[in-house]
Amino acid sequence: MNVAMIVKQLAGGMVVSIEIFAATLIFSLPLGLIVAFGRMSRIKPVQWVTKLYISVMRGTPLMLQLMVVYYGPYYLFGLRISATYRLTAVLIGFAINYAAYFAEIYRGGIESISAGQYEAARVLGYTRPQTFFRIILPQVMKRILPSVTNEVITLVKDTSLAFVVAVPEMFTTAKQIAAAQTSMTAFVAAGIFYYVFNLIVAVVMEAIENKMSYYR
Amino acid sequence: MSLLEMKNIKKSFGDTEVLKDISLTVDTGEVLGIIGPSGSGKSTLLRCATNLETPDSGEIRYAGTFGLVFQNFNLFPHYTVLKNIIDAPLKVQKRKKEEVVTEARKLLGKMGLEGREDAYPYQLSGGQQQRVSIARALAMNPDILFFDEPTSALDPELTGEILKVIKDLAAEHMTMVIVTHEMNFAKNVSDHIIFMDDGYIAEQGTPEEVFGSSNERMQEFLGKFG
Repeated sequence: MNVAMIVKQLAGGMVVSIEIFAATLIFSLPLGLIVAFGRMSRIKPVQWVTKLYISVMRGTPLMLQLMVVYYGPYYLFGLRISATYRLTAVLIGFAINYAAYFAEIYRGGIESISAGQYEAARVLGYTRPQTFFRIILPQVMKRILPSVTNEVITLVKDTSLAFVVAVPEMFTTAKQIAAAQTSMTAFVAAGIFYYVFNLIVAVVMEAIENKMSYYR
Repeated sequence: MSLLEMKNIKKSFGDTEVLKDISLTVDTGEVLGIIGPSGSGKSTLLRCATNLETPDSGEIRYAGTFGLVFQNFNLFPHYTVLKNIIDAPLKVQKRKKEEVVTEARKLLGKMGLEGREDAYPYQLSGGQQQRVSIARALAMNPDILFFDEPTSALDPELTGEILKVIKDLAAEHMTMVIVTHEMNFAKNVSDHIIFMDDGYIAEQGTPEEVFGSSNERMQEFLGKFG
């Protein structure tokens, strides 16, 4: 089996990895904002619940969380797990895990905006949603971008964890090929894939940072 | 007619009583200067008057709208000068864009900031930023304009330009309440002065009355600034 064939076999896995990556961002970025609101809520029980959620998500391995989401319905409720649930479970696991990390990043960003910005908006008569979406959030986005980039890069590599519930993402495929071929080639190809993927992520994030650098 | 009436305002932060019993009125066209040592409650009084703090007791009655100019400008850093000025009239007051932009340009001219409308706040000097923030407040057409130590964050050579802008507004009979450390300025621009000390109004009246007062605390305070 030559390199071209290996890459061809890996391609299917790459698509799955990219799917997990994209879906996780699409769900966890907005979800993280909602969690951040819960974390900063003036209603104490809401604050406690989100604090606990964030603490569990950050304090236990993502691999374990994926297994709980996948096997939980059967072990806990006796529900039959269909084959298509595999990918869904992975996406749920990733989304709720990354939402917790993003929530803390959002919170840090929101709390770093000076009280004067809120006061200026208030005296000018902006409503609370207007204040948040027009005045606060754009400034938060700019400030948190470097931390978000870090998480996104970690996410690219974390997609390989989907193997624990047998979702055929790229790394799973690479392992199978390597075992069948007793050769390192598939691993090297996998490494190059993750590296190039992250290179693209870094370039894109830097472009976004540059786009936001029109003010200080 | 009085535009603002504050009656028996009290405010504490924890165990500290910051405003002990404050009553005042501001009439149309009047310039009220509020002076006093740090910690005397001037800024808290202004923050109560502008709804940024809720008094523990007392009454506040407005007969109109107000604007506030902050010590630290608090411009929106991600908006250009023009957008800082027009955004609230457009989004809050829902006024027509052409009208608002025309008025904003006029205000910028008045503030000596022609041609700077596309600049971002960080590209401006402190004095320019403060003039933008005055224009931003004026664009809402407030009945009263409050100033919270508008020159305290500025280098001494930049305070003059702000004081001149406020003087020009006074000449146009803009109703204003100004908390300031600039004694000469307060004396020159105000119709009425309140001297605050330890949460009370210790002295008030025309500038001549207040600055000529024999009140011990007032003399002590003026001595420090003399």
